[in-house]
Amino acid sequence: MNKTAEQYWKANIRLVSILLVIWFICSFLFGIILVEPLNTIKIGGLGLGFWFAQNGSIYTFLVLIYVYAKRMNALDVEFDVHED
Amino acid sequence: MDLQTLTYIVVGFTFALYIGIAFWARAGTTGEFYAAGRGVHPIANGMATAADWMSAASFISMAGLIAFNGYGASVFLMGWTGGYVLLALLLAPYLRKFGKFTVPEFIGDRYYSRTARIVAVICLILASVTYVIGQMKGIGVAFSRFLQIDYDTGLFIGMGIVFIYAVMGGMKGITYTQIAQYCVLIFAYTVPAIFISMNLTGNPVPQLGLGSTMADGSGTFMMDRLDQVVTDLGFKEYSTQVMGSKLNMFVYTLSLMIGTAGLPHVIIRFFTVPKVKDARSSAGWALVFIAILYTTAPAVGSMARLNLMNTIQVGDVGTVEGNLAYADRPQWFKNWEQTGLLKYEDKNGDGRIQYYNEKNAEFAAKAEAWGWKGNEMTKVDRDIMVLANPEIANLPNWVIALVVAGGLAAALSTAAGLLLAISSSISHDLLKGVFMPDISEKNELMAGRIAMAGAIGVAGYFGLHPPDFAAGTVAIAFGLAASSIFPVLMMGIFNKKVNRAGAIWGMSSGIGVTMLYVFQHKGIMFIPGTSFLGDMGANWFMGISPNAFGAVGALVNFAVAITVSKMTAPPPDHIQHLVEDIRVPKGAGAATDH
Repeated sequence: MNKTAEQYWKANIRLVSILLVIWFICSFLFGIILVEPLNTIKIGGLGLGFWFAQNGSIYTFLVLIYVYAKRMNALDVEFDVHED
Repeated sequence: MDLQTLTYIVVGFTFALYIGIAFWARAGTTGEFYAAGRGVHPIANGMATAADWMSAASFISMAGLIAFNGYGASVFLMGWTGGYVLLALLLAPYLRKFGKFTVPEFIGDRYYSRTARIVAVICLILASVTYVIGQMKGIGVAFSRFLQIDYDTGLFIGMGIVFIYAVMGGMKGITYTQIAQYCVLIFAYTVPAIFISMNLTGNPVPQLGLGSTMADGSGTFMMDRLDQVVTDLGFKEYSTQVMGSKLNMFVYTLSLMIGTAGLPHVIIRFFTVPKVKDARSSAGWALVFIAILYTTAPAVGSMARLNLMNTIQVGDVGTVEGNLAYADRPQWFKNWEQTGLLKYEDKNGDGRIQYYNEKNAEFAAKAEAWGWKGNEMTKVDRDIMVLANPEIANLPNWVIALVVAGGLAAALSTAAGLLLAISSSISHDLLKGVFMPDISEKNELMAGRIAMAGAIGVAGYFGLHPPDFAAGTVAIAFGLAASSIFPVLMMGIFNKKVNRAGAIWGMSSGIGVTMLYVFQHKGIMFIPGTSFLGDMGANWFMGISPNAFGAVGALVNFAVAITVSKMTAPPPDHIQHLVEDIRVPKGAGAATDH
């Protein structure tokens, strides 16, 4: 692997790792592990933990994929590995 | 116009539309048959993926599961959406760059092994067939219920319609048909939800209605009212009840997520976009269209539960007038009684309906003091909730007819997508890839169609003689995909050192462990009586239910593959170069040549 391809892959792994940590936090951590303490915080009529488990995590997933697609497309251009 | 005629018209119209589209877009080449000629726009592809993904289980069953499991059902909401993050970040762009037609083809090339490819085909067929049997059964039930014909005839009609558009159209036809089906099903799901949310909370957006106050002027939040109503009758509090244990919920969610990213009919979608860039955004678009239904479902489930409880418990708990008199029951109640999915038994002979949790000892004692002799709603099938919801809320007949059409659209589109994955793995991976490499394109296409017809036959057979498949079907399909396909795909891209032996042993042990666990608790091939450990919580490994075990199988797969790879020779140089090549998007166009 040449230098730029290696750097491109490293940048990719870094981005994916960050996004997957958020993925874990919004679903497993907020929705399941910390659900009781978070439920003491109310948004409207819902506990925050309950909201993350049934609605919030899904919205976060959408943002994650959007950010990933946007950042990766930018990385492609930056490292000149984009498609013609 | 009566409900029956209206249902015929709406369902008939939507079907004519699907078949028309299938004819208009029928496939001429293998490329179009398997991957729609790679000419599908990401938004269109996302919509088709969403229709493909959301089966009868999402459309009909899920809101019912939420209604009766409350917070515990979050595993389905997070599990069936979070998998798209894994798919978008870890698989889709690389598989598109690789540029072949099927999942086993990637596994065979990456692990330079025909054996690995065949093992992948077997895993794929096992997962897809189990899933498609469930769909066929759903189609049969839906047709028979709403066209008022017997179950077998309903199933045959369903098989015929799936045959026409899946076999004639191939991927190209399916993609365009599924776009139409998505529109039908999402309209059918959200319209009643908006009406019901409006009625209960005054907020027309169901996602907001979930957290709003009741429209009756009391200022009470809908969720608090629901918790109150269910706990008053001895049921678990809606917003906090867990499914099994916390660990079980964790593993269950993970299993569904990995399974989502490992199901071949979903992955195959990302072969159909023009560029690597589009593969990334396609997964996002798919999730946008899926999220519309999935974020509506918690409102549908909770409001349906509240409406159901309020219909039966009309006044204060414990007073005689508090319970609905059986003679006064509404029309929808009578309709569903006829199907046998809703049952009432007047245990204390007072002519009124007492619906409560008789398993709650503390509450049962109170109930006895009131002269209640047990829960009289002896059966409330949770699968009826979505279909009965518009009737419970007194919505107009056209909404009810629409929901029927939506349910059928969901079941048919998923069945068609799965059949395509099965047929391509047989004709393309087994015939062309392994046994008859010289097969002409025309014959391969023919073999694909024959395989599809064969798969419809097999699924139809199991649909006619279901070996108690219904409950276990979806769970094992996800478990199998999670434990076999996903780990080797991911390692194939992210770990250059995983070799042929690692992949073969990883897949076999992952799927093996999962099948063993499921079968020992649910019966060999789900046949009751053959489960040697019984379907009981006490024997579950760390309290993990068989439905959730796919994640453990996936862990085994990863561990075995990496260990075996360390002990055997690393992959040859040209494979390591192949991996480096699929990691960068540049040059994807050339790779599509087949």
